[in-house]
Amino acid sequence: MTVKFTINGVKVEAESGDSVIDTARRYGFDIPSLCHHQAVTPYGACRVCLVEITKGGRKKITTCCNYEVLDGIDVVTDSEAIHKHRAMVLELILAEAPDAEPVKKLAAKYGVNVSRFERPKAGAAQERHDCIMCGLCVRVCTEIVEVNALAFNGRGYNRGVGGPYLEAPQSCIACGACAWVCPTDCIGFVEEDGMRKVLKWDRELPMEKDEDGRPFAPKFQLHYFKEKFGLPADIYKKAPGTR
Amino acid sequence: MDLTKVDAIIENYDGDATSLLAIMQDVQDQENYLPREAVNHISTKLDVPVSRIYSMATFFESFHLEPRGKHICTVCMGTACHVRGAQRLVEHLERELKVKSGGTTEDLQFTLEEVNCVGACALGPLVIIDGEYHGNVTSTRLTKAVKNLKTREGGE
Amino acid sequence: MALIANSAKLRSYREELVDKKAKEGKKVVAICAGTGCNAYGSPKVVAAFREEIEKQGLSDKIEIKPTGCHGFCERGTLVLMHPEKQLYQRVKPEAVAEIVDRTLKGGEVLEEHLYDNPVTGEKHRTEHEIPFYKHQERLILGKNGEIDPTSIDDYIAMGGYDGLAKALEKGPEAVLEEVKKANVRGRGGGGFPAGRKWETCKNAPSDKRYIICNADEGDPGAFMDRSILEGNPHAVIEGMIIAAFTIGSDEGYVYVRHEYPLAIERLTIALAQAREWGFLGKGILGTGLDFNIKINRGGGAFVCGESTALMMSIEGKVGEPRAKHIHTVISGLYNKPTNLNNVETYANIPLILDKGADWYIGKGTKGSPGTKIFSLVGKVNNTGLVEAEMGMTLRQIIFDIGGGIPDGNEFKAVQTGGPSGGCLPASKLDLKVDFDSLWEEGSMMGSGGMIVMDDKTCMVDVAKYFLGFLKFESCGKCTTCREGLRRLHELVTDISEGKGTEETISLIEELCDTVEAGSLCALGTTAMNPVLSTLKFFRDEYMAHVKDHRCPAGVCKELITYEITDNCNGCMVCAKRCPEDCIAGEKKQLHVIDIEKCIKCGICKDVCKFDAVRVY
Ligand SMILES: Cc1cc2nc3c(=O)[nH]c(=O)nc-3n(C[C@H](O)[C@H](O)[C@H](O)COP(=O)(O)O)c2cc1C
Ligand code: SF4
Ligand code: SF4
Ligand code: SF4
Ligand code: SF4
Ligand code: SF4
Ligand code: FES
Ligand code: FES
Ligand code: FES
Repeated sequence: MTVKFTINGVKVEAESGDSVIDTARRYGFDIPSLCHHQAVTPYGACRVCLVEITKGGRKKITTCCNYEVLDGIDVVTDSEAIHKHRAMVLELILAEAPDAEPVKKLAAKYGVNVSRFERPKAGAAQERHDCIMCGLCVRVCTEIVEVNALAFNGRGYNRGVGGPYLEAPQSCIACGACAWVCPTDCIGFVEEDGMRKVLKWDRELPMEKDEDGRPFAPKFQLHYFKEKFGLPADIYKKAPGTR
Repeated sequence: MDLTKVDAIIENYDGDATSLLAIMQDVQDQENYLPREAVNHISTKLDVPVSRIYSMATFFESFHLEPRGKHICTVCMGTACHVRGAQRLVEHLERELKVKSGGTTEDLQFTLEEVNCVGACALGPLVIIDGEYHGNVTSTRLTKAVKNLKTREGGE
Repeated sequence: MALIANSAKLRSYREELVDKKAKEGKKVVAICAGTGCNAYGSPKVVAAFREEIEKQGLSDKIEIKPTGCHGFCERGTLVLMHPEKQLYQRVKPEAVAEIVDRTLKGGEVLEEHLYDNPVTGEKHRTEHEIPFYKHQERLILGKNGEIDPTSIDDYIAMGGYDGLAKALEKGPEAVLEEVKKANVRGRGGGGFPAGRKWETCKNAPSDKRYIICNADEGDPGAFMDRSILEGNPHAVIEGMIIAAFTIGSDEGYVYVRHEYPLAIERLTIALAQAREWGFLGKGILGTGLDFNIKINRGGGAFVCGESTALMMSIEGKVGEPRAKHIHTVISGLYNKPTNLNNVETYANIPLILDKGADWYIGKGTKGSPGTKIFSLVGKVNNTGLVEAEMGMTLRQIIFDIGGGIPDGNEFKAVQTGGPSGGCLPASKLDLKVDFDSLWEEGSMMGSGGMIVMDDKTCMVDVAKYFLGFLKFESCGKCTTCREGLRRLHELVTDISEGKGTEETISLIEELCDTVEAGSLCALGTTAMNPVLSTLKFFRDEYMAHVKDHRCPAGVCKELITYEITDNCNGCMVCAKRCPEDCIAGEKKQLHVIDIEKCIKCGICKDVCKFDAVRVY
């Protein structure tokens, strides 16, 4: 079903179920985001996508990545208030991830070059590094890779993310998808010495070799795909050496 | 732990994965904590990833992943008890039991915990020692209660 | 037991019960077995009464009835003798034999067990003479002192399930109109009109609807919901059945805190009885209504009291709130229309059906009809559960009912609304308490926590306490709440340690603004209330910490010093008890504290019998 509404006064259309952020971006409006990815369920964690939405005459500041389009709403993607709140949110995030280039860049855009807050001491359970708890890794691993290797743990300011019992997750197939989506690049994914390593989760898997002896994917990962899709046992031997 | 006990609990809920929280609570009620092998077992039986169970167990305050002490001292840190000086009682017990709040002594004798209001605010500040409520507690009375516990232990 | 087949049967069944009780003519002794009194040793008192009654062969004349909380927890264990409602307070097991002998048998009044009014010095014999009770309007709590919560017959005999019978006769439309007219507002925090919520849920297109009762009661320092469930569980069940009938639901849940074992136990018994008697199950009271209720135990997370988090938790997931752009009455539990109300809200419903909306709106104020139960705690003489008509002033509640501040100390503030509420100063004591007026003053009704503070309470410390609570209870999803509260707590801690500046205060205010605007659920969007309200009304106290590095209330450890004054007679007690061995002094000589080593534990002040230790 087509939904009609306005963004910054411009009439726009979207399909019901679409998010405001994706629609706005499709029309060329710039809204920052750190925890949003079209491939996974919206979560609304980082809070940098704050906009103003007027619905039924009531104006509200809200995140728009987890806001499904509705007929007749009016969206404003920038204002003094929005700018101010985004800047404060980014200041909080910058303190969490002071070394993350993408965060630094975005914060600078909002005039935040240094945070007035100190880097949080490691959470009760684990080192934070530059993690901003956006949950993209968790969602990708659960919804796309479907191995459920990762989850949040704890709550509140003690929240952490990783494998169960803070150990290397045994169901991780070292596919690297989480590292790919992480907005702060804090997971780390390398291939060396015939091993594939996901640094943050401390997971290492030996690579399977193709016919020419070139390593191309972790054994475990191939095993997983074989099981999942019921592929013949020697399928990967015949597959062209990718990567 | 005996995993057939876990099976019995799961059976009580017809193996229904939406009852995960209740199943975890029942296991913990029986064992005083949530042993790792029980978590793995629940995961297999209900077909719920371990990562999710671990996530729940660390999200909800009532779960314990480590064995707790034989004696459990719980200080109420609800607002009513707080304004009547509960913070000092926690610190007092930390000194007396030589363990940080939330922790268990190495000999597995004592666990010191906090709770937010048990609904007996009239008696605040309140400390619960092995299920027994001690109302209007003072440091003197706490010292005595702990001494009692320790001598009882020593005598056994 | 025969099922109660229809409304007519219910009425005749009730008449039989009442007749039977009248014939037996037993004197009822209601002994409070609520959590507070249990802690005082009420089970031993009950056992002693039972034993003594048995021994004296009075079993067919006297009924011993353990009940839920009577409200006056301060004076437990309470023994209430019906029908005169003569009240003995602070009863110990040792006194029981004499009470049975002289009062129950001999009709004598034992003065030493009566409540003595500290203001007038009078002794009051009956419950309604005592100021604590006299000024209350105990529409809901009143029954706690009369009903055995494990007996559905007790509830029925008192008119229980009559509201349901009337509702079934009226039909859902008429019930909805009645509830809307009564304008009963949600007692769980928001004060949203229940009738309107029911209507939206009823009209949401779906083949399935859920009814949920919120008994999570995560507010630290509040215990009214648990006390209703412990003392009068059928009132809540009846309210839920009426809601189910009105809205068109066949499945209900009570989400109750795991830390409330007694409430769970009583509720479990009550549900089983309601099923057996035919108030739950298929074809309730001979109508086409099918409805069942399950108990769901919460896992100990304050945030799970929030509607969407609660529903996530019932679905077996981590209790994280989700965005509510579509409200839960339209798409809630398992994405079906779901009506969530608080325990006390449901407990009001049978009353409204039984006595009518017109009667109900005669109580309380125009915007907030009825009563509200408060847990009146902290630095107040009569700690307990108080049910006051809406529109009573704070002063009436704290001073007339609560008996004022103990130890001759001065009233300083009252905190209402739990962790998302605010602190109101003495100048607001004449505020009429209802949903709207509290909101206007930057506080809120919340679930009804009312924490009284005196001049020994530091408001910076109070703000720090709530922030510490909330940063721990936040689910951790939103940056604004997870990091924002962590930072607010750090900043207020800085102030409490004398490290804050005026800039700290303005950063706090700036940050509060974004935490409020940018957070997903009400935990985050109201978290700044305790800080902002204390900053608004007690700014001087903040400034004393910031500018003079002084904590006027003598609470913030980093800013206080312990000192022994001339009152010291050298008894040496403090020196023996000091954990740091930092008190020196000879016998019968003035003792001195080594300030460098002192960890400010306060033990010396506690143990000194001569009031010689001073904090400044
Ligand atoms: C963090 C948070 C905690 C809450 N805790 C409770 C609670 O313990 N009990 C309750 O009844 N409502 C609680 N609420 C309010 C509920 O979300 C909801 O508004 C209420 O249960 C609705 O019932 P009512 O309309 O009858 O008040 C809480 C809200 C928030 C945001
Ligand atoms: S690398 Fe491991 S944790 Fe990351 S998405 Fe792949 S399977 Fe999941
Ligand atoms: S590791 Fe990266 S993707 Fe995962 S939560 Fe942290 S910041 Fe987000
Ligand atoms: S406001 Fe706080 S409690 Fe609510 S969803 Fe966000 S992080 Fe969780
Ligand atoms: S307890 Fe009091 S009186 Fe006794 S030595 Fe200490 S300060 Fe002096
Ligand atoms: S406050 Fe504690 S440490 Fe300091 S002198 Fe008194 S007893 Fe000793
Ligand atoms: S992108 Fe919307 S909250 Fe993160
Ligand atoms: S605050 Fe401690 S019992 Fe309520
Ligand atoms: S518990 Fe007995 S009066 Fe409250």
